[in-house]
Amino acid sequence: MNSAVILKQVPDTEALIKVKPDGTGIVKEGVKFVINPYDEFGVEEALKKKEAAGSGEVTIVSIGPDRSVESIRTALAMGADKGVLLKIGEDEYSDALATAKALAEELKGKDYKIIFCGKQAIDDDMAQIGPMVAELMGLPCVTVVTKVDVSGDKAVCSREIEGGKEIVEVALPAVISCQKGLNEPRYASLPGIMKAKKKPLDIKDTKLDAPKATIDKWENPPQRAAGRIIEGDDAAAKAAALVKALRQEAKVI
Amino acid sequence: MAKEVLVFAEQRGGALKKVSFEMVSTGRKLADKVGGECAAVLVGDGVSGIAAELGKYGADKVYIVEDPKLKDYVPDLYAQAVAEVAKDAKIFIGGATAMGKDLFPRIAARLSTAMASDCVKLEAEGGNLVAFRPVFAGKAFVTIKISSSPQMATGRPKVFPADESAKAGAVEKVAITLDAPKAVLKELAQDTSGRLDLTEADIIVSGGRGMKGPENYNIIEELVDALGAAATVGASRAAVDAGWRPHSDQVGQTGKTVSPSLYIACGISGAIQHLAGMGSSKFIVAVNKDADAPIFARADYGIVDDLFKVVPEITKEVKKLLAE
Ligand SMILES: Cc1cc2nc3c(=O)[nH]c(=O)nc-3n(C[C@H](O)[C@H](O)[C@H](O)COP(=O)(O)OP(=O)(O)OC[C@H]3O[C@@H](n4cnc5c(N)ncnc54)[C@H](O)[C@@H]3O)c2cc1C
Ligand SMILES: Nc1ncnc2c1ncn2[C@@H]1O[C@H](COP(=O)(O)O)[C@@H](O)[C@H]1O
Repeated sequence: MNSAVILKQVPDTEALIKVKPDGTGIVKEGVKFVINPYDEFGVEEALKKKEAAGSGEVTIVSIGPDRSVESIRTALAMGADKGVLLKIGEDEYSDALATAKALAEELKGKDYKIIFCGKQAIDDDMAQIGPMVAELMGLPCVTVVTKVDVSGDKAVCSREIEGGKEIVEVALPAVISCQKGLNEPRYASLPGIMKAKKKPLDIKDTKLDAPKATIDKWENPPQRAAGRIIEGDDAAAKAAALVKALRQEAKVI
Repeated sequence: MAKEVLVFAEQRGGALKKVSFEMVSTGRKLADKVGGECAAVLVGDGVSGIAAELGKYGADKVYIVEDPKLKDYVPDLYAQAVAEVAKDAKIFIGGATAMGKDLFPRIAARLSTAMASDCVKLEAEGGNLVAFRPVFAGKAFVTIKISSSPQMATGRPKVFPADESAKAGAVEKVAITLDAPKAVLKELAQDTSGRLDLTEADIIVSGGRGMKGPENYNIIEELVDALGAAATVGASRAAVDAGWRPHSDQVGQTGKTVSPSLYIACGISGAIQHLAGMGSSKFIVAVNKDADAPIFARADYGIVDDLFKVVPEITKEVKKLLAE
């Protein structure tokens, strides 16, 4: 079963994010970049489905600057077969629609049974690109998926909603956006890392359409006022003082 | 009058979601600023009866698309129906719920326009939408403007006030010939816990690795019970990864982003990924025996003590207070 994973390289979740003083973006020096955690679930699921089918290829497609090559290589080391980087400049920016358009252009006409993406990229937190790619390609899409069962030309997916889940049957090919709980991504093994070096990775210079959504300004989060430690002789006294403060000062209970 | 501002009114099972009122109320304010009508679009089967509620929060008009095929959320059909109504709106907003997050990007792609997701502030300037939203799970914020039309955005639930502002709420039915859906809903499975979803709760009591085991969550459950129906249970990733709590309980950068009025963190150290998910809570309480835990830097109130002693005492005090 051939599938593709659209994957974004993002700052590590541990990274301290600082906005540049002029408000034009974030400071990237010293930031460690990794595969978007939700996209790792996509890579793992694609590999699992390929292994279950006993044949097929997993292709990684990413749009990003040069450094994204490392993340594609990591996915290849996990077991993916080939990679494509649609290369843009380090500070080149466009919106989700333009990004989705370029991805759809690259993905179309290939016989991918499933295109996996992440629930959202943990840098811009948009959660837009998967469903947009699907719409642009005329494919169905199931988002926030925690289970995928493929049988023939159909897949039954479980997706999270408030207070429950929806079980959705979808005709393949389809786009599936991955949520935590879908699987446990494997680590790249040492032989995997060696093999990845020889796997095909196509780098294509890319120009994205101009954005229709523009970022006017970046800001650091508002500072919270310093809190207070509730003192007391014992746990009971502290608890009583806390509940009193929550009722009388905070007025939240 | 043109529908300058359109709001997606989400219903499930024939009941409007609270976020729909939050968004209609926000749409009303935008329309007053931009000039023009604030309309709502309601999709479902047999939903005309609930349209009037939208008028109460400021909808001049409610467009209704009804069809037995639209009873449950079917992404393609909802996208088709809503896009049809939204295509000539100037501003189009809705809640950033499971449905809204799934639906809005599809509509944006169909209408070849851009959108801002999960915003915490929506304003109008010079007749245009100005959206303010967190990125990096709240480690930074951006202001977004959209040059295409409709200017689309989803708003985070529980952040925008649902202010009443009675308007006509006149109903207009829209007839649409629906395409064949590409994905069908087989089953809708409700959680059996009977608790509110984290994103909908007003009060969250979360337990982390400091809980030491799944069996100890009963003290959290008891506090949540005492706090009433608007409260629910959350967890850190450490607790979820240990298998103590389901994935749907995880708060944080790779879990749920929550904005309750009160967040009580018990035995949670306050890792950057956890803070990212709950940092926008209105009041934060931390119970941790380590006075140096980073969570205290974010908490409005902190208690440095053993949670196994403190939490049951808080429950007792809450019960006492609420019994008064
Ligand atoms: C890619 C990635 C994504 C992540 N996403 C998330 C996420 O979405 N959400 C999330 O929560 N984490 C996330 N994490 C994990 C995060 O880095 C932390 O490991 C995690 O939040 C720690 O959970 P904790 O605070 O429960 O545990 P710990 O850090 O171990 O803290 C336990 C705390 O309990 C206290 N304690 C122990 N016993 C008691 C007692 N008897 N009474 C009072 N206090 C006690 C201790 O003092 C300590 O502060 C992510 C990590 C990565 C790498
Ligand atoms: N630049 C990109 N290149 C490849 N895939 C991407 C890119 N940006 C986003 N995606 C995919 O789309 C998902 C959702 O991203 P977003 O809409 O930005 O939150 C991600 O988890 C990726 O799978």
